[in-house]
Amino acid sequence: MNNKKSFWQKVKSWPLLLPVVCLLLVMAVNIIYDASIGNNPFSFFKITLQTTTGNGTILYGRIIDILNRGSEAAILALGMTLVVSSSAGTDISVGSVMSLSASVCCMLLAGYGVTSTSELAVPLVVGLLGALLIGCLCGAFNGFLVAHLKIQPMVATLILFTAARAIGLLVCNDMIVYVRNDSFGFFGSFLGPIPTPIIITVICVLILGTVLKKTALGTYIQSVGINPKASRIAGLNSKTIIFLTYVLCGLFAAVAGIMQSSRITSADSNNIGLYMELDAILAVALGGNSLGGGKFNLAGSIIGAYTIQAITTTLYALGVSTSQAPVYKAVIVIIIVAIQAPPVQAYFRKKSAAKNAVKEVA
Amino acid sequence: MKKTKLNGNTILLFITIALFIVLYAGGCIAYGEKGFTHFQTFLNILITNAGLICISCGLTVVMLTAGIDISVGAVVAMDCMLLAVGMQKGIGAVPMILIILLIGVVFGAVQGYLIGYLQIQPFIVTMAGMFFARGMTAVICTDQISITQETNELFYNIANYKIVLPFGGYTNNHDVYVSPYIRVGVVVALVVLIAVFLMLRYTKFGRALYAVGGSEQSAAMMGLNVKFTKLKAYVLCSVLTSIGGICYCLNTMSGSVQQALGYEMDAISSAVIGGTLLTGGVGNVIGTFFGVLINGTISSIVKTNGKLASSWPNILTAALLFLFIVIQSIFAVLREKKKA
Repeated sequence: MNNKKSFWQKVKSWPLLLPVVCLLLVMAVNIIYDASIGNNPFSFFKITLQTTTGNGTILYGRIIDILNRGSEAAILALGMTLVVSSSAGTDISVGSVMSLSASVCCMLLAGYGVTSTSELAVPLVVGLLGALLIGCLCGAFNGFLVAHLKIQPMVATLILFTAARAIGLLVCNDMIVYVRNDSFGFFGSFLGPIPTPIIITVICVLILGTVLKKTALGTYIQSVGINPKASRIAGLNSKTIIFLTYVLCGLFAAVAGIMQSSRITSADSNNIGLYMELDAILAVALGGNSLGGGKFNLAGSIIGAYTIQAITTTLYALGVSTSQAPVYKAVIVIIIVAIQAPPVQAYFRKKSAAKNAVKEVA
Repeated sequence: MKKTKLNGNTILLFITIALFIVLYAGGCIAYGEKGFTHFQTFLNILITNAGLICISCGLTVVMLTAGIDISVGAVVAMDCMLLAVGMQKGIGAVPMILIILLIGVVFGAVQGYLIGYLQIQPFIVTMAGMFFARGMTAVICTDQISITQETNELFYNIANYKIVLPFGGYTNNHDVYVSPYIRVGVVVALVVLIAVFLMLRYTKFGRALYAVGGSEQSAAMMGLNVKFTKLKAYVLCSVLTSIGGICYCLNTMSGSVQQALGYEMDAISSAVIGGTLLTGGVGNVIGTFFGVLINGTISSIVKTNGKLASSWPNILTAALLFLFIVIQSIFAVLREKKKA
């Protein structure tokens, strides 16, 4: 009896409970839907090898698709988690920064003013490094405003939210720049049978995970988020740490931007990263992280990002059109955050406490 | 001897107004021969931004309580689509407008409840609201529907009604006197502006908004109902957004899913340029009005030039935002130093 109770309590206090439950729910919907239309109920989980004309033999299946398409959101969620944790605010510029870094990358690779090319003007590395540098610069700009000028994160990042996409358009001379080169397209296609975006995401997660585990950076970020004054008195340089999280967020935005432009081998400034900031923030919230800063859980955010992609893919599978899908997304988001809301949590706690009291009396 | 104190916020308002005058004068000097000096150019800025004025007023109210509403752009799109589809189905203009105002009340009440009573972050709630409204627009109809004279005579007439002003006209090349005019939307926007200004200054509710935004705890201790005040603020913002949506529709005369994309950011930047702080408690709709005018002047200058890339208004707005935010933060630092 005692054992069972403690198991439940353990489950209840597990930080990943909410994101995992959401993911399981989405899978359940898929299974029920497949069963109801007479398909194999587990076709959601089926992964097969298929031979295509363009990419050779590749892995194929809905799970692979979700992992592939969710890569950008997952990478953005990494940076966003750190930003939310350290500064208790959100970086709403990531989508625009994605677009800007993609534009810079393609502009460098194609040369200024060229709209379509299959030959690279500069080595691929230069283009990639240029994009990453721009991402870091944007992050540094945001970080400077937030950490040193003490401006609210949302307002500070509103500047680049408005400007970055527009600058990207300017860089590309108001055109869509096409770079039809296989070496550039590689980042959005396949490495052997596995989609490259998945591999890039895994690498990003591993690097960030190791850095946070092996160094004290993760603890520093959390302590700054929980109480910046106390951490400063304890000897941490709060400003530098907040600044650093924004630079990292910009860097990850650039990685995501390169990936998305590589998928379409072009820099479509108006559409790359559109609404991605919302997905990234949502992923962080879904992962059970408080948007009020402090403690964070990287795994939760990543699961959150894939949950959003799973919801989107499921909605498409159910026959909901692209433009109508947001309605369902909105309802799901509200339900999830309402469950997490402090007054609702307090209500549940009161109820369970009352239940326990009744039990003890009996 | 009464002396008005010049504090940081009044200075900010002056800077905003001065900046507008400088920008407009600059436009007049640079593009005088293209008709920028005509009174009508100024009125055109008002006509195109009538909806934005209403919406920015609503956002100012919400931002005073330290909140934000990013759903407004999507709600405008939903309103336009509803108006277009409803009138195409043969419902009259007046019932349709009432329906849209009612939807505004309900939408704002739901958002306000979630934010005020369940204490969810305004950004998340209104982001969901934005998804919902944008998706709903697509659910109603995915095509672009235009409102013509056949769809609704009354609405069409309101949209095309010119209120001719008796002053400020000019004689054109053909020796014909052209009188300046405004449209119905401008009148609505100005009435909204004055009403919100008076409400914020002289009513109990208006003062409560400032109190809640300044410090929730102190407001609660003074006996104000913080939760209900927040709910009312979001309802007011939503209703003003609905009114703004109708004004917007009078301009565009159509409904489509892609309409008013990024309108929320225009409104927020107008309010911020106008001196409203996102931390709450500080702000004024007069400043917001000039914020809208500055935004309008920038895009009007870029349009008059005709050669500048379409992305320049965004970049200039962002640069102005940067300027104002830095000035605000300098004032904040100075104030803290004074206290210490």
